Amino acid sequence: MTTYFFNDTAALTGRTLRHVTRSMDTIITTAITPVAMMLMFVYVFGGAIDTGSAPYVNYMLPGILLMTIASGISYTAYRLFTDVKSGIFERFQSMPIARSGVLWAHVVTSLVANVIALVVVVGVAVLMGFRSGAGVLAWLAVAGILLLFTLALTWLAVIPGLSASSVEGAGAFAYPLIFLPFVSSAFVPTKTMPGPVRWFAEHQPVTSIVNTIRNLFAQQPVGDDIWTALAWCVGILVVAYIFAMAAYRRKIA
Amino acid sequence: MTAQSIAGPAIRVQGLKKSYGKLEVLGGVDFDVVPGSIFALLGSNGAGKTTTVRILATLLKADAGVASVNGFDVATQAANVRESISLTGQFAAVDEILSGRENLALVARLRHIKDPGATAEVLLRRFSLSEAGARRVSTYSGGMRRRLDIAMSLIGNSPVIFLDEPTAGLDPEARIEVWEAVKELAGHGTTVLLTTQYLDEAEQLADRIAILHQGRIIVNGTLPELKQLFPPAKVEYVEKQPTLEEIFLAVIGGDKSDTTGTTTGGRR
Repeated sequence: MTTYFFNDTAALTGRTLRHVTRSMDTIITTAITPVAMMLMFVYVFGGAIDTGSAPYVNYMLPGILLMTIASGISYTAYRLFTDVKSGIFERFQSMPIARSGVLWAHVVTSLVANVIALVVVVGVAVLMGFRSGAGVLAWLAVAGILLLFTLALTWLAVIPGLSASSVEGAGAFAYPLIFLPFVSSAFVPTKTMPGPVRWFAEHQPVTSIVNTIRNLFAQQPVGDDIWTALAWCVGILVVAYIFAMAAYRRKIA
Repeated sequence: MTAQSIAGPAIRVQGLKKSYGKLEVLGGVDFDVVPGSIFALLGSNGAGKTTTVRILATLLKADAGVASVNGFDVATQAANVRESISLTGQFAAVDEILSGRENLALVARLRHIKDPGATAEVLLRRFSLSEAGARRVSTYSGGMRRRLDIAMSLIGNSPVIFLDEPTAGLDPEARIEVWEAVKELAGHGTTVLLTTQYLDEAEQLADRIAILHQGRIIVNGTLPELKQLFPPAKVEYVEKQPTLEEIFLAVIGGDKSDTTGTTTGGRR
């Protein structure tokens, strides 16, 4: 079984990647909400938000990137849901292959699709004046955190992808995730928020991840934020993976 | 590569039970399928046909009873069972976004065949899909899609093939195309378990027919045997009107290749 794991997963990943490259509109729609937010915040609200001397686009890009991932993984759930619904998932499961390869193919595809969308969003941000003096190591650290966050949310997306009963249900779980950056340090400093909201903002995963990426871009020390961010990512990943595998085992009986 | 075939029935089902909560879907199903034959599981919607196939294809666990395919127990030797079978789904589980050729090559790769591209070409030709091979499956007609589905299940030469309602939702012409494909399969010695709710389909194809009703097999036999179970035929004089199906086929008939190749050829 394991001897064919990589061959089978590669074959199935090739298939799901074609689904992405043949519907590039999914990449566009993944990127369009974050880009629209970015335009709105930089050119409409940005002037009224005091975040210090750096351009506002520098301040809010990390939050926009997390929003991109959150909207990107709803397509992961959608693609998996479609496979389950159409019956092709069962066809693969009835074949003499490494069965978990079907899931891994979706996970790898999700990473690739999100990386493409993130590159598009960063490109737009650069056009809007985003600049960073960050070195190669800092960029690698940013990429690493974003990939880890994508991986964690991807496994989260696997759960509704396998167990939702409608397309809407498969995609809907992503909406709260897309809006989570609003109640964080992504767009405005948390110290401007009233007590309970501020407490929530400072203790939810997005803030520590945003602060870490922002400091990496700004060549500032990341402090403890990076450890909190990593702990959140790994924590979400582990819990989501456990529940996803439970949903998967229920599915394949 | 392929699991060794073993003397005895190709499929053996004994006392198979399955419930979803309080709803009993299978209430003790028994049947054997002789190697190389076509066995039809006939029943209306909700009779338990698909549940039976899903258990046999290792996609679902039975609550009680034993089932074996090609001599392997579906519960304890699931991997060997999967080496022995091919499943074509009720809703033609083919990839809509890939082309027909890519679908076939993908399955060939997953079955670890040396030259997936060549395998795909041979099957496209055999199922008259060569011209449509490069097109996305979403542009195929229902009959073409089902032919592709069956072609996919032939890759790897599985000794046992499950056809779950292969002609559901097809027009009469496409149905005949699928029947031809199934007959050809059995001609090559493959064991076919066919589920259907169409009486004429079972009559056309099957060596043996079992009627599944409310989770139980109520009759199991060859067509002549089944006919003997019912009151002897009365001789009556009835004017034989052509059936609507015969009229339909006569009106559009004569040019079968045209409809299979170009019904959807306009949209690319």
